[in-house]
Amino acid sequence: MRVLMFGWEFPPHIAGGLGTACKGIVEGLAHNGVETLFVMPSASGDEDESCTKIINASDVAVAHVSETVDEFLDKVKFIHVDSSLVPYVDPDEYFEAIEKMKAEHTLETTIGFGQKFKFSGKYGANLMEEVSRYAQVGGTIAMQHKDEFDVIHAHDWLTYLAGIAAKELTGKPLVVHVHATSYDRGSEDMIDTRVLAIEKRGMQAADKVVAVSELTRNIVINKYGIDPSKVVAVHNAVDFSGRENLSVERGVKDKVVTFLGRITFQKGPEYFIDAAAKVLKRTKNVRFVMAGSGDMMNRAIRQVAKLGIADRFHFTGFLRGTDVQKMFALSDVYIMPSVSEPFGISPLEAMRSNVPSIISYQSGAAEILKYAFKVDFWDVDAMADDIYALLQYPALSEFAAKQGLDEVNALKWDHATAKLKDIYEQLIK
Amino acid sequence: MAKSICLYFQVHQPTRLRLYRFFDIGKDSHYYDDFQNRTILKRIAQKCYLPMNELLLKAIKAYKGEFKVAFSISGSALEQFERYAPEVLDSFKALADTGCVEFLCETYYHSLAAVASGSEFQFQVQKHKEAIEHYFGQTPVSFRNTELIYSDAIGRQVYELGFKTMLTEGARHIMGWRSPNYVYNNDLVEGQKLLLRNYSLSDDIAFRFGDRNWAGWPLTAEKFKSWVSAAEGDYVGLFMDYETFGEHTDKASGIFDFMAALPGEILKDGKIRFLTPKEVAAEFKSVGDLSVPNAISWADEERDLTAWLGNDLQNEAFNKLYSLREKLSLLDNPVLWADYGHLSESDHLYYMCTKFFTDGDMHKYFNPYASPYEAFINYMNVLSDFIIRVNDAIAVK
Repeated sequence: MRVLMFGWEFPPHIAGGLGTACKGIVEGLAHNGVETLFVMPSASGDEDESCTKIINASDVAVAHVSETVDEFLDKVKFIHVDSSLVPYVDPDEYFEAIEKMKAEHTLETTIGFGQKFKFSGKYGANLMEEVSRYAQVGGTIAMQHKDEFDVIHAHDWLTYLAGIAAKELTGKPLVVHVHATSYDRGSEDMIDTRVLAIEKRGMQAADKVVAVSELTRNIVINKYGIDPSKVVAVHNAVDFSGRENLSVERGVKDKVVTFLGRITFQKGPEYFIDAAAKVLKRTKNVRFVMAGSGDMMNRAIRQVAKLGIADRFHFTGFLRGTDVQKMFALSDVYIMPSVSEPFGISPLEAMRSNVPSIISYQSGAAEILKYAFKVDFWDVDAMADDIYALLQYPALSEFAAKQGLDEVNALKWDHATAKLKDIYEQLIK
Repeated sequence: MAKSICLYFQVHQPTRLRLYRFFDIGKDSHYYDDFQNRTILKRIAQKCYLPMNELLLKAIKAYKGEFKVAFSISGSALEQFERYAPEVLDSFKALADTGCVEFLCETYYHSLAAVASGSEFQFQVQKHKEAIEHYFGQTPVSFRNTELIYSDAIGRQVYELGFKTMLTEGARHIMGWRSPNYVYNNDLVEGQKLLLRNYSLSDDIAFRFGDRNWAGWPLTAEKFKSWVSAAEGDYVGLFMDYETFGEHTDKASGIFDFMAALPGEILKDGKIRFLTPKEVAAEFKSVGDLSVPNAISWADEERDLTAWLGNDLQNEAFNKLYSLREKLSLLDNPVLWADYGHLSESDHLYYMCTKFFTDGDMHKYFNPYASPYEAFINYMNVLSDFIIRVNDAIAVK
């Protein structure tokens, strides 16, 4: 079994979780005896190729392809976007991407047929153009490697057009993998319709749609109108091998309850703040930390000030690199009150750091984590109860930490990718 | 016509906080950005304090006691002078030695203690009074509260601390038809005289001097004298930040030349005199009560406290700080007291102001933070560490 896989990034140079997940998937597939050709817009050459062969789209010249595909590509080719309207993969990843963009200038270039296109592989202002270029080059790559794969697999909307082009040209089955949808990125009236159109098109053209959770599967079915029989949920895993937990000396004696993520509507920051205020009414020996930044941050700060808990509720701003690990190491309880979360890898990281987690039912992770505490995102009373219990009853928090650690250690990409292998096999039968 | 000019300059430098992160709480209790504070102070010393002090000293000597000014120098600024630029302190001492300079009293930390805590206010006023005696060998008798904040009740507090003269803003909404160019008295305490800032003539120098679009530009000593002569009343209160000269308004605008020319021009025909606040209070009778039930200040268009206590962030920080006062009073740890004082500097609250649109430029100019939210987060992180230290100290006791 061989798969032509279209991704957008691959470790070590990643802006967010998509690259990490792709690496886990190709490794897991390799363990299951599936070979992958991994195409990405801009490879640096230092990617780990032990489990996959990387094809750098920036090295491939665009060849003339069949008329129908040309026509299709013409339609998507020159959609320019305003820098303020930049679409993005996932809200968490957007901020970091923008931060990186500021540091590195990406060149705007145009190409004709027979030329190579230097992709930035970032999430910049010319993202839409890169996406359509990627489709052109993707088609060429599929033709060049026509005899080397059986199935096409495309990750998230950025690569869907490339996947469709490859399918049109080679006639091989297409799997699209939904890591996040437009509905998880913004409230419904703020959705970028161009992204939505590409998502819908990819899902419709696909022979199978893989969603990272049942929650996302339902969105694919209900919001995008995709035939339920075509949509399968395959939960993410996480690879913690080779990572040591940091030990950090604590400055504060109090217990620390942490929210870590983008401070946006989807993440439910205001519910966390309300719950914090409730807990602080009953006990004083606790501090709350909101780590991250986002468009709701200022509102969150005002809410904290208004509730009069600012001496116990701290903001760290955006955390980079080891500061994230440090924050987990300083935490006693982790909370993810997301209103809508396709999967949500952060509670897994918290549990891996021995921190008991409270997560909302409205997250994909809630479907698989038995030892996380689960509440509805709006149920601040339940949230406060759980926080209070985890702080006050050491037996409970120790149990949750230990079981949680075992639980996340047992999540393996090998299991998740075995399901992908089944899907591929059904498609080429 | 006005018979005299009362010049008073405010000197203050905040003790700016360093970037203090959540991770520092409980671990590191040094709160100040020493590098930034030193850099800024040294720059302003070169651009403003030293050249301006020299200019004033020359004028005082040239006019043999006819030219007089008043200063109020916050304790926070005095501390920074002593640490980073002792030559500035020496030049102020030289001015004090002429006998033509009156030093006013204020809260040592340029704080809002007057509206927060009677005991903290008293403490800071006393501390400042002692500092002025220590550095300049004179006991202050006139009082100016932080940012000229005043109300009937604050005035009474000040009176009870022994100050019969107080300076404040001649805010339009409390003056109504009345002129600021007379001495008034506190509505509650008849014995307390109020000297008012003539905001129009003060701001001609402090804000409009360098503005080429202003109808009055260019401002010369002759022109300014004609405006003062045309004003009715007993005196003109020209109260302004000392940093106006060379810092807020660049030297290239000619503001130093203007100030060098002003004393000679004013004094030349003997019709207008320079008086310090205590002399104004001694010379002129009150023309009536001034009722100020709600606090006023010299800041922004509103001339009220909203630059410091105008939103939830500021109120929260303010309340949390002053709610500590009672606990702190159980301790005699000088390091904690000093940190508490510096945290009470009104500037920290000013940085959290969200009035972006009308007076935003002014606020931005004075603000080391990119947003009021950052200012709040940083301040609260520092305050959280401070609260831990206070609680620990009490536990030990």
